[in-house]
Amino acid sequence: MVTLNHYLILSGLLFCVGTAGVFLRRNLITVLLSVEIMLNAVNITFVAAGRYHGSVDGQIITFFVMTVAAAEAAVGLALVIALFRHRETLSPDAFTSLKW
Amino acid sequence: MVALIPLLPFLGFLINASVGRRVSKSVSGAVACLLMIGAFGASVTAVLAAHNAPGRFIQETVFRWISSGDLQIPLAFRVDPLSSLMILVVTGIGSLIHIYSTAYMHEETDAEFARYFSYLNLFAAFMLVLVLGSSFPVMFVGWEGVGLCSYLLIGFWFRKQSAADAGKKAFVVNRIGDFGFILGMFLIFVTFHTLDFQEVAWRVSTWAPEIAVGPATIATLLLFLGATGKSAQIPLYVWLPDAMEGPTPVSALIHAATMVTAGVYMIGRNAVLFQHAPITLAVVAGIGIATALMAGTIGLVQNDIKRVLAYSTVSQLGYMFLAMGVGAYTAGIFHLYTHAFFKALLFLGSGAVIHALAGEQDLRNMGGLRKALPITYWTFLIGALAIAGIPPLAGFFSKDEILFRTFAHGNRIMWIVGLLTSFLTATYMFRLVFLAFHGDRRHPEHPAHDAHPAPDAHPAPDAHLHDAPPAMAIVLIVLAIGSIVAGFVGWPHAIGGANRIERFLEPSFEAHQMAPGEFQVIEGRASRQPRVELAAGVEPAVPGSQAVDERREIELMLLSVGIAVAGILVAMAFWLRNRAAATRVAYRAAPIYTLLLNKYYVDELYDATVVQPIKKLSTLLLWRGIDAALIDGAVNGVGGAVRGTSAALRRLQTGSIRAYAASLFLGVVVILGWYLMR
Amino acid sequence: MEQIVFYVLAAVALLASFGVIGQRNPMHSVMLLIVSFGAYAGLYVLLDAPFTAVTQIIIYAGAIMVLFLFVVMLLNAHTEDDMVPATIGPRTMKIGVVLSLALVGEVAYALLKIARTDFGTDAGTVSSIKDVGHIGSMLYTSYSFAFEVTSILILVSMVGAVVIAGKPRKDR
Repeated sequence: MVTLNHYLILSGLLFCVGTAGVFLRRNLITVLLSVEIMLNAVNITFVAAGRYHGSVDGQIITFFVMTVAAAEAAVGLALVIALFRHRETLSPDAFTSLKW
Repeated sequence: MVALIPLLPFLGFLINASVGRRVSKSVSGAVACLLMIGAFGASVTAVLAAHNAPGRFIQETVFRWISSGDLQIPLAFRVDPLSSLMILVVTGIGSLIHIYSTAYMHEETDAEFARYFSYLNLFAAFMLVLVLGSSFPVMFVGWEGVGLCSYLLIGFWFRKQSAADAGKKAFVVNRIGDFGFILGMFLIFVTFHTLDFQEVAWRVSTWAPEIAVGPATIATLLLFLGATGKSAQIPLYVWLPDAMEGPTPVSALIHAATMVTAGVYMIGRNAVLFQHAPITLAVVAGIGIATALMAGTIGLVQNDIKRVLAYSTVSQLGYMFLAMGVGAYTAGIFHLYTHAFFKALLFLGSGAVIHALAGEQDLRNMGGLRKALPITYWTFLIGALAIAGIPPLAGFFSKDEILFRTFAHGNRIMWIVGLLTSFLTATYMFRLVFLAFHGDRRHPEHPAHDAHPAPDAHPAPDAHLHDAPPAMAIVLIVLAIGSIVAGFVGWPHAIGGANRIERFLEPSFEAHQMAPGEFQVIEGRASRQPRVELAAGVEPAVPGSQAVDERREIELMLLSVGIAVAGILVAMAFWLRNRAAATRVAYRAAPIYTLLLNKYYVDELYDATVVQPIKKLSTLLLWRGIDAALIDGAVNGVGGAVRGTSAALRRLQTGSIRAYAASLFLGVVVILGWYLMR
Repeated sequence: MEQIVFYVLAAVALLASFGVIGQRNPMHSVMLLIVSFGAYAGLYVLLDAPFTAVTQIIIYAGAIMVLFLFVVMLLNAHTEDDMVPATIGPRTMKIGVVLSLALVGEVAYALLKIARTDFGTDAGTVSSIKDVGHIGSMLYTSYSFAFEVTSILILVSMVGAVVIAGKPRKDR
């Protein structure tokens, strides 16, 4: 029997993977991809919980998450392009002007 | 409209202070003088109205000033016999001095002229508030105000260092006295829960004397401290001689006729309260007579004409306090009134002399002015005779009354000292007359005391030598007439008079209950003693029967006259006939002479014991210690602390995205952990 | 049967995700992510949410990943990250490891505390979830405000992306 717990563990693992990717990668695009992984992990949790409770709300939330993720990816990539144009590199460590 | 009396001079102040400098001297002078004369008119009206009113007083409340629980202080003016006399003196003699000033100050610029008159009017306004006030705080407003105006007027020629210093000295010394006044006022409020004069008098008279004497004594001693400051008695008299730096009319008005009498007036106002504090009365009398003697001795050797008159004022004020101290309140006020006439006359006369000599004030450089300045000479002579106490001039009646009362009170020592001071008064006053007006004209060997900033005083000092101009001369003559006739209101019974002034003033020294709408009608009585409502056990010393009184009194009168004449003769001997003899005596008694010439070194003493320590304390502790180190340190320290913490905190902003992400991560872990733990 | 499918799909998703964060070449990362999206879609079908599965493929794999691909190809982002030397010092590494382990521990703790929870399997529940019409009606009635706001959000991000990534004007 596949229970809710299986899905929750799976999504937890995926979330950690995504977090690790955000911190360890030195390529801005890959960082954004890792963020997508995290968002998907959350989606799985919502749908599974919705299925468990017998309500359709989980899917609806997922719908919105996806939409927002799309918007965020668009803007994020636009920023990456703008930054790349400025510095010719995609490493997050290269952009440190916003400091004291 | 009692409020009109102080209002008119105040209006003059406003006008002259704002637009006075742009108008000509005639206009600003006229405004000031007319408003003062208007005030005099208003005073006369008020006095007549009060005299015919039931209870012989009017009280007018202008508005409710302070109203807070027990503390109910309306801005109210009260015209009763005592204040009637005072407002007539202030406005009357004040008007005369205003008129005199238009001539005396004519060499000033328009702006300075207007400034002078604005201050003079302001002073008059405050003085009138002082004497008309029906409660302590209103009087205190006037009290402080005249202190301020005194400062402004003494330091009128403020560009001169000595004048500015003198003004400062006057104000600071006055302030010390005011401190005592305030404390006394507080104590009275705490004890009697009221600050209205009538109320206080009534309440203290309804208490048993044993209970009343404690707070009454302390309160009155504190009030008397204020009086010593304002009226230049020991220990706070040191400002008055220095105050002669101001223009001579100022000396006449403020430091002879009006402001310095505020202390005497204040005691008279609170006669009932003081009557319940016999210790204070003894102190008042003692200090009064001691000051009188001390000032008399100093005045004997001074060389500046105004200084002599200043010490003379201090001395005469001592007489007034002596009178108050022995319970002879009417006598003290009577002397205040006559003194106003002849002292103002003497000062204004000396002003005419100074004016004629273009700024010369040293007696050693004068002489022979009798022929050149006749009006000045004769009026001055009248003033000198009056102050010496020669009948039938005014001074004789008032001074004799005081001496008689002192004798009757039983204190023989004070009476003898009083006689001695009377002798000294006659002597130094006529020394002044002879040195200034008689003999040959001496040329300046001593550096001239440059009080009057005329362009230059030296070249041709006699060029200005003409008698007083009309404005000044008329005032001198009016005051001289006053000095002659003013005393007649106090013609004693012993030689057939009715002593009207005593009957007139009596009601002011009694306690009446102020029930709303109800006034007690006061019956006049032809008596000597002030009819004060005394609690049992406190009785004025009443000598024997009426007949013995009168004979004794005539004897005493003759004695005082004799003393005065003796003083004049001594003065004639030394300074009219044989000037060299005076110098020889001074040489032989050199130590005493120097002591007197240096005013007993009191100023130096104060400087060493009070002024320097305070200065050191202020510099070291208050300035460096508290202000610079503590307060500046705290304020700067706060700034420094903010700067330090922000310098430390800003290192958080590394600019590295990963660092920010890491901190986000940390936050997530913490919050998650917290939720899991719950 | 269902269990096997689940484990297979889960394994695919996990492995693909590890691959995403592990690959050097960003192009490979994108491809692997598309694979993982496929696995997610399968999982959604297992969860009786076919609509979500389809939406996942259409939006995520179809639109977002294409966008990523475009950007990767546009920027010619090869193995860029090797050219920049590592700027994570040993101390930062230690902190990172600690925090990560802490997170994992917390998540594990949370999960272990949950009692075994079975899914309900009666037909009524299933049909109400599966029904796309039901989703639609909920979306346009109870969640209509969020729906509208999200549409504005998309508009804004569209405009923003154009502005930010646009060519810099000559006068800058």
